[in-house]
Amino acid sequence: MALVKVKNLSRVFDVSKPWLNRVIERRSKAFLTAVSEVDFDVEPRSTYALVGESGSGKSTIGKMLVGLLKPTSGVVEIEGIDLASETDAAKIDAIRSDIQMIFQDPYASLNPRWRVKDIIVEPVASRGGNTEGLSERLLEQVGLSVQDAGKFPHEFSGGQRQRICIARALASEPNLIVCDEPTSALDVSVQAQVLNLMSDLKDDFGLTYVLISHDLTVVRHMADKIGVLYLGRLVEEAAPEDLFETPKHPYTQMLLEAAPQMDGFGREVLPPEGEIPDPITPPSGCAFHPRCPIAQDVCKRDRPAMRQINGIRVACHLAE
Amino acid sequence: MADPVLSIRDLSVEIPTRHGIVRPVDGVSYDIQAGEILGIVGESGAGKSMAGNAVIGLLTPPAHISKGEIWLNGQRIDHLKGDAMRRLRGKEIGMVFQDPLTSLNPLLRIGDQLTETMLTHLPIGRAEAEKRAVAALEEVGIPGAAERVNSYPHEFSGGMRQRVVIALALCAEPSLIIADEPTTALDVSVQAQIIALLRRLCRDRGTAVMLITHDMGVIAEATDRVAVMYAGRLAELGPVRDVLTHPQHPYTHGLMASTPLASQGKSRLHQIPGAMPRLDAVPDGCAFNPRCPYATEKCRQAPVPRVSNGQAACWYPLVDEKVI
Repeated sequence: MALVKVKNLSRVFDVSKPWLNRVIERRSKAFLTAVSEVDFDVEPRSTYALVGESGSGKSTIGKMLVGLLKPTSGVVEIEGIDLASETDAAKIDAIRSDIQMIFQDPYASLNPRWRVKDIIVEPVASRGGNTEGLSERLLEQVGLSVQDAGKFPHEFSGGQRQRICIARALASEPNLIVCDEPTSALDVSVQAQVLNLMSDLKDDFGLTYVLISHDLTVVRHMADKIGVLYLGRLVEEAAPEDLFETPKHPYTQMLLEAAPQMDGFGREVLPPEGEIPDPITPPSGCAFHPRCPIAQDVCKRDRPAMRQINGIRVACHLAE
Repeated sequence: MADPVLSIRDLSVEIPTRHGIVRPVDGVSYDIQAGEILGIVGESGAGKSMAGNAVIGLLTPPAHISKGEIWLNGQRIDHLKGDAMRRLRGKEIGMVFQDPLTSLNPLLRIGDQLTETMLTHLPIGRAEAEKRAVAALEEVGIPGAAERVNSYPHEFSGGMRQRVVIALALCAEPSLIIADEPTTALDVSVQAQIIALLRRLCRDRGTAVMLITHDMGVIAEATDRVAVMYAGRLAELGPVRDVLTHPQHPYTHGLMASTPLASQGKSRLHQIPGAMPRLDAVPDGCAFNPRCPYATEKCRQAPVPRVSNGQAACWYPLVDEKVI
């Protein structure tokens, strides 16, 4: 059974101006649909990656998975329990400690006035658990030394701080860790260290990752399954081999073509046309149709449903 | 070969601190020819931006050039002060920074920002400058340029703003553009557009470009030659294809091998042990020696050989180490 089931998930933000401005300027309310009718499942002990450009809703989905945001509509089920509608407090409590998150910026996500050992045991201590020897054990597991327990975050480099964040995420022995751009703030060589650590821990603890990233090379290396987002909609979902070898959706094709390649010396890329449209007034039908090279009338009219093609899910009228 | 547009000779930048002098740029030399894109690549703290800032005279005191020479079109510019440097900036050297929003004045229409630069540096009148402003925006691919000159920076998207910044850097027709992480804040599809634009301008106008970035993919696609920096020093300099596919310096090799692309199909990524040294604790000899798998006693003591084109700053350069 899938560990995480996301069904028809949507999130709308109210981005209206204050009411007085609306009255004076005769504007109506404005709503931004950050996530729109997204469906996917995450299998236990796998890595599910969400990729997309800025404004594609990947971080919003991540926050809804861990319960930092409430869905406007749709359901997030973790181990069969929907945190938003479940009434049994004991069940909610049990699930909550199974979910942890790692954020992008290791400088902003550690309290500068706390010692590392207090930061790491916080998820356990706040629930009244036994924290004896916990921080020391976790520090060794993420490749830091026991002597680091008494230090403050400013004494560490970016990569080491991200290790501390990972140690904190592991403290409550979670099943699911949502990683929001865990290596985007890090240099290539440090990124390699952190990604290797994440792979090792996944094997050791039987973890499930939801990996949010804009970096296609990282996603290709880490993921078992990749979901591509565009303007809050899931446009394609496939295993990395399939996605990179035979991308079905025109947006995925454009993204892969545009991404700089390390062996693309002097490659003449025909740069993609246009930019991501304004999510407050998204295009009709398929959100990608204004930039799509093969768009037809049906694409402007109807929003494509998710279809299965040879084990690949794609939301495009014309993909085959 | 023609004289280079920019020539940096043995450049060092020093910052005096309470704990002694640190050297974020240490004995760096390279040339950039007209119509050439030179990539400067390295991890954070490697001194790549500091070298760019030294060229354009934007070092923040107490950082200063302690040694070496900078020549631009046959003129020595590293000792220029105040007004002389200001005339050069914008006129001879254009600069593109990472964040397009903070490099534009939010209170001025972009047309005014362009004409101001041209009126300062070029012997032309206002009407001519306004005409050229529209042409400059058209050249960088902004649709409806004639109307958009009257827009404010906030009315543009991130990618369009970076195009405006490039138009601004180009409008006084400089011979050198320093682009410091110009696409880092942008999405992949917009990044491809900006790289294509930089390459076209470089080819059509013969502008020399110094492209500073940490992204190996951008380096591979955009540049002609690449300089790899480590702890303020040049580790390797050469044609981009040679450096990336057959790196001679163990650091370049480690850097390339640790990118996910090079490890495709493997379960683990290649790792370089340790981290780049802090600038106040750069080891003797080769700065990379504590992390280098091939280091010997010689590497720990003797200063490494100087780099020239197609060479690595290494006593034992790798031969025939293929990465990708």
